[in-house]
Parts: sequence; C-alpha cells; structure tokens
Amino acid sequence: MRSWRRKLIPYLFISPFFIGYAIFFLFPVLWSLRLSFFQQNGLNAQPKYVGLDNYGQLLKDPLFIKSLSNTTTYALGSIFIIVPLALILALLLSRPRLQLREFFRLFFFTPNITSGVVVGIVFTLVFNEQYGLINNFILQPLGIAPIRWLRDPAWVIWAIIILGIWRFTGLNALYFMVGLQNIPPEIKEAALVDGANRWQAFRYITLPLLRPVLAFVLSFAIIGSYNLFTEPFILTGLDGGPRNSGLTMTMYLYSNGFRQIKLGYASSIAYSVAIIIIVLTILQLVVVRAFRQD
Amino acid sequence: MADTSSKQYSPEATLLQSRTIPNLRTMLWQRQLEWSLVYAALLIFGVLVGAPFVYMISGSFKTNGELFAYPLNLLVQNPTLGNYQRLLGGQEIPYIQMFLNSILISTSQTLLSLAISAMVGWGFAKYQFRGKTLLFILLLATLALPFQITLVPLFQLIVQIGWLDNFLGVIIPGAISAFGAFFMRQSMLSVPDDLLDAARIDGASEWGIFWRIGLPLSRGALSVLGVLVFLNAWSDYLWPVIVLRSPEKFTYPVGLATLVGLYKVEYGMILGGAFLATLPVVLIFVAGRRHILDNLTIGAVKM
Repeated sequence: MRSWRRKLIPYLFISPFFIGYAIFFLFPVLWSLRLSFFQQNGLNAQPKYVGLDNYGQLLKDPLFIKSLSNTTTYALGSIFIIVPLALILALLLSRPRLQLREFFRLFFFTPNITSGVVVGIVFTLVFNEQYGLINNFILQPLGIAPIRWLRDPAWVIWAIIILGIWRFTGLNALYFMVGLQNIPPEIKEAALVDGANRWQAFRYITLPLLRPVLAFVLSFAIIGSYNLFTEPFILTGLDGGPRNSGLTMTMYLYSNGFRQIKLGYASSIAYSVAIIIIVLTILQLVVVRAFRQD
Repeated sequence: MADTSSKQYSPEATLLQSRTIPNLRTMLWQRQLEWSLVYAALLIFGVLVGAPFVYMISGSFKTNGELFAYPLNLLVQNPTLGNYQRLLGGQEIPYIQMFLNSILISTSQTLLSLAISAMVGWGFAKYQFRGKTLLFILLLATLALPFQITLVPLFQLIVQIGWLDNFLGVIIPGAISAFGAFFMRQSMLSVPDDLLDAARIDGASEWGIFWRIGLPLSRGALSVLGVLVFLNAWSDYLWPVIVLRSPEKFTYPVGLATLVGLYKVEYGMILGGAFLATLPVVLIFVAGRRHILDNLTIGAVKM
C-alpha cells in the first residue's frame, strides 16, 4: 500500500463523525455566540448588530430573572435533596447480604427510562388538588390540608423538585453504588476495629473515598438541572404556570426562540445557561476537591 | 476440627468472643432491628416509586368518571378498554402512526449513531495521525457544553437544508454524539494491538480489521451505547417538537403532549398512550438489565 493511502486511513475513520460534528454542533455553537450579539426577530428577518444589548436586556428582563431563580432553586433542591437521598439509597442497597438487591436496583431505575412527557402527564394527575395521589394518600392521612401544587406559585417549584426526586434518585444511587463497590471493605473494617463508630467510619473513610463519584454525580445534577425542560413544560405549560413559578431557563429559551422567534435574544439565553453550567461545574470541582484536606 | 479453626479466624467470631452474653443478645436484637429498618425504608422508597406507575396503568383502564371520583382508588373497579379503542381508533390523533414514527426515528438514529461512533472511536483508539491530540481535546472540551447552545442555529440550519417537518432533521443531528465517540474510543483502547498486527501480516485490509476484529470485540460497548442512544431518542421531546410540524409526522411524545393540550379532560386515553409507550422500553431494559446497569456507570468510574 502506498504511504499516502496509509496516512489517509485514520482520517477516513474519523471523518463521518467530525464532518457531522462540525456541521451540526461546532458551527451552531459558534453561530449561536455570534447571533447573541444581533437582534433578529423572525427567520427571514435581517439581523441587526446590537453588541451586548441582548445580555443587558436579560438582566432587566423579569421573566429571565424569574426563570434563573426557578432553575437555581431546582438545582439547589437537586444537590441538597436528590443527591443525599441517592447516597442513602445506595448505602442501603450496598449492604452485604441484602435480599432482592438486583430487583430494587432495577426497580428504582425505571423512572429514569420513562419519557419526560409521560412523567409530566402522570405527575400532572399525581399533583391534582382534588384527586391527586399526594394530597389524598400522603397528606390527608397525616392530617395536612390539601396543597394546590400546580396552582399556588409558592408550591410549583416544589412539585417540580418532587418530580425530580422521583425521577433521578435511582440513577444517582446507581452511580454511588459503583463508587461504594470500589472501596475495599478492609479499610472500613480496620477503622471499626480501631474503635471508630459507624458514623466516623462513614464520614472519614467512605465519604472521602467517594469523592470522584460525588464530583461526577454533582456535575450531572447541575447540568441536568439547567437543562430541565420537558417535565416542567408539561406540568405547568409554556409560561410556567401561576406567576411563571415553574418557568425554567430552557423553557424561556424555547419560548423566545421558537414561539416568539426572537433568535438573537434566545441565543443570549442559551449562552447564559452554558456559562452558568460551566462556572458551577468548575466551582463544584473546587469545593469537592477542598474536602480532600480533611 | 477444620470447621472450628476456620470459625475462629472469622472477624465476626472473634468479635462475639470478646463480648459477654447479655451484650450478644442486645447485639442480635439490634441487628434484627436494623435489618427491619433497612427493609422498611426500601419498601417505602419502593411504594413511592411504584405508585405513579400503578396509577398510570390502572388509570388507562378507567373511565374518566372513575379516574376523578371519591374515594380515590389506585386499582380499577370497572375496567374498560374504551380508552385504548379511542386512542388506537385514531379519531383524535393518529397514535399508531406516531408510535411507528418513534420506532423508525429511534432505530435509525441508534444504528447511524453506532456506526459513526464506532468508526471515530476506532480511529482514535488504534491509529496515530497528525492533529489527533488536538481533535481529541476539542471533543472533550465540547463534551460539557449543553445542547441548548445549538438549538437556535441548528433550527435555522434545518430550515435552510429543507429538513423541517422531515425525519432526517431529527435523526441526523441526534446521531452525532460526542459522548458516543468518547465512549467507543475508551472501550476500543482495550482491543489488543497484537491481533491487529497479526491480521495485517495475513493481508487483511484496514477496513476488514475494523469490521472483523474491532467491531466484534466491542460488542458489549456497542450494545450499551445502542440502548442509551435508543432510550434518549425514544423519550426526546424538545428537538422533535421543534422540527416536526404535521401530526402524521409526530413522534409519540409530541403527540401525547398535544393530546394534553387539546383534550385536557380525556386523561384515561392519555394515560393509555403513556403506558403503551413506556412498556417497550421497560421490557428492553428488564431483558438486558445486568449488562446495561453495570455498564451504564462506566463513565462515572473512568472520569
């Protein structure tokens, strides 16, 4: 075989991907950045250069601020409720000699493979004030008055967080279980023999050794939160329900870009989401790394 | 004799010997209590996870009157197939057509994505070439970028190409996955180079080596990636709802969402559609559970 043909072969293998990647990913990424400095209302409208105006307008746009605060609330819920719950679930499922482990693992994962639209539809009914499962089967027996989950602005984001707990705890538990499996049991046993109690063994041995998995799970929780679209969209509608209390950033991006066809403005929202995700992911890595010190 | 000596070395036995009898009793009791709490917690988790599914399935066999009636019942009193007859009869939306569209789109996207990812993964794992490091860094750097960034320009592009309301507009962009490329590269690294060299000496072509050695040895990774891509495509809503415009082109999530908007009161029928769409993925998942669950987390460990 001639040498120039030899040299060509690797490029033939990688070219289908990189051609597609350039056209359908890299080009849109760059074009989106350019577009965010333009005003273009309508697909065939003439784009007008406006510099940083779109970004300036975002900071003054009450709906954008609302979507930012809603999405951040959900992200906090996902970091401080879903991730710890997943860790607890993983610890329960990782106990030696647990019966039905495989069944539980599979069962807790099923919410994750169900389509977001299906989940949104079912939970619209679950959160129904009068005939919903939560108000009737959980709150009523506890003597708590029914909550207007999807109609009271104060509760909508909680409804979305509860949906998130249902949908993503099993997935995250799966990741933690792999992390727990990779910790040699001897290390913990040695600590227990040396007189550490079980909380200490968890706090000073298991948790630090779980750090890489924790970083991975947290990154995914952050990315997933700021990507959230389908479930709140079905649950609360395009405008996010009462006082836009369920409006997420991706919903607002969709609404601007594809309903109002404000392409430039929508692109500036998209870049804001991306910047937030990147900054938070880096911040998270720094925080998780800091725990290595103790 | 052998039995007792082996017992002495087990950590549990030594632990028990060092305690007095009353302590042993408390310990056993404590252990039983602990296990009961563990199973109780798992049971509660399980009921909470399962209830919405039960509600969806039973609701699809209920009349609307029964779905919204006191006292609320998770099970069906008077099962009816009326919801399914209306749904599949296609008076409201062409649901069977939408379901078939979903199968067509998800399957083609999966096959195309596997082909593209396997090729690029093989190129990165088994060849040296100019610009390799640069391209790989580019791939990794963009892996973290959220897809929202691309939505608006991608839409403009699809309109330009003339793929609006066309399956290709959904399939092709969805088949290009940086994660897929990375995932296949990672697993193809472990194909032994000796095997490739031996095949080259025997006169095999580079494509033949990829086809007859690379692909068969990466079957496991391919099947995991295949399931992941399929599940993603099967449930996707945001991109299909942007590209697909006419009801007979809709995928089932787009169709169901429209149904919610149009017939807010017909929840029995909507739940029926939701159940039909969920059943196949759950079955695929249960059939391949070991393989999928164990390999799903490869990314988490290798990061």
